[in-house]
Amino acid sequence: MRTLEPYLAEHPFFKGLDPAYLKILVGCASNVRFDAGQFILREGEAANNFYIIRHGKVAVEIFSPNRGAVTIQTIGEGDVLGWSWLIPPYHWRFDAKAVEPTRALALDGKCLRTKCEKDHDLGYELLKRFAHIITRRLEATRLQLLDVYGAH
Amino acid sequence: MIPSQFRICRKIRESSDTYTLELEPINGDAWFPFSSGQFNMLYVFGVGEVPISISGDPAKHQTLVHTARSVGNVTSALLRMRKDDVIGVRGPFGSHWPVEEAIGNDVILVAGGIGLAPLRPVLYSFITHRDKYGRIILLYGARTPEDLLYKKELERWRGRFDLEIKVTVDSATGEWHGNVGVVTTLIPRLQFDPLRTIAMLCGPEVMMRFTIKELQNCGVKNENIFVSMERNMKCGVCLCGHCQFGPKFVCKDGPVFCYDHIKELFGVREI
Repeated sequence: MRTLEPYLAEHPFFKGLDPAYLKILVGCASNVRFDAGQFILREGEAANNFYIIRHGKVAVEIFSPNRGAVTIQTIGEGDVLGWSWLIPPYHWRFDAKAVEPTRALALDGKCLRTKCEKDHDLGYELLKRFAHIITRRLEATRLQLLDVYGAH
Repeated sequence: MIPSQFRICRKIRESSDTYTLELEPINGDAWFPFSSGQFNMLYVFGVGEVPISISGDPAKHQTLVHTARSVGNVTSALLRMRKDDVIGVRGPFGSHWPVEEAIGNDVILVAGGIGLAPLRPVLYSFITHRDKYGRIILLYGARTPEDLLYKKELERWRGRFDLEIKVTVDSATGEWHGNVGVVTTLIPRLQFDPLRTIAMLCGPEVMMRFTIKELQNCGVKNENIFVSMERNMKCGVCLCGHCQFGPKFVCKDGPVFCYDHIKELFGVREI
């Protein structure tokens, strides 16, 4: 039977990661799937996982009483969903909903936090990778805020 | 330099402030061939002239097609005009997209907002000569789903197995099930061979700047990146100097430039 290790190794987020760390990570990973329209995470709930998207599309949303659910961003194959598991108080700040049938690997954030505390090298390696994602999303958000297509 | 008279034979609403005009020559002899990426000066008599890219199929000679957005006096007046109204046309002017040079390669077109209009003729050419090209990928970003141009055509293109069409919007609510996020975020998700890829970009300059960075991160060489620049063009024939871009003139040397030739000028605030 094929374990989840090759899936993790193939994913861009874990590209080049030390195989020893992959073995640690795979112990915290599980295969999950979501139907279209199903919520993956909800704002305010405990953030105990993050997701490596293998296939499908996920909308990151914020609910506004006047406008309803506003999609801030969509992410898909090759992307990572969720970093609130890494940053106190470990609560989701947004909703995330599968837009189409989505397959992912869920990584247990609680389990990983404990392992990162024990092994700071692993923690640093993961933090660098998340910092890269956070930076890119911040850049994209700034560009979005510029409203470059608007009438100026 | 003397405008030919064209009649508006069809006016298509693309979004709240953007229309496509189909024009036919009044005298029947004013037709001129054009290359993808070139523009015409459209003259609203008594108001003024404005440079607008040609957005139609270069292989179809019956009508001249332009898509314009209402942003100033002339474009507002132009888009208030109705079927059978007459305007003046000078052109076509400027450089064109490297359609011939792209033969045998994969092509990525990146369009932002109304930047899809100057790229549409390229896509028409690629579709007509589909077997001459590798993968053809269109990445198109707009402000909202309502602002997307050529919606029916986009649907048709998405239905083809030989085109890869990826559309994203900056914000969306409700029924939109497509991508949300800036167009640059689509690039890292693509699997492509950067060494055999030609990229053609058209949109706001800041969008193109970030798109170039993403393409470079993926390994696309500067000489394989082409951009369509926008400057205040008046004469269209390199006489007035309004569109000066460093040592170049956008109306004659551009609007389509190889990025490698203008990389030192691109993003320089003073020009």
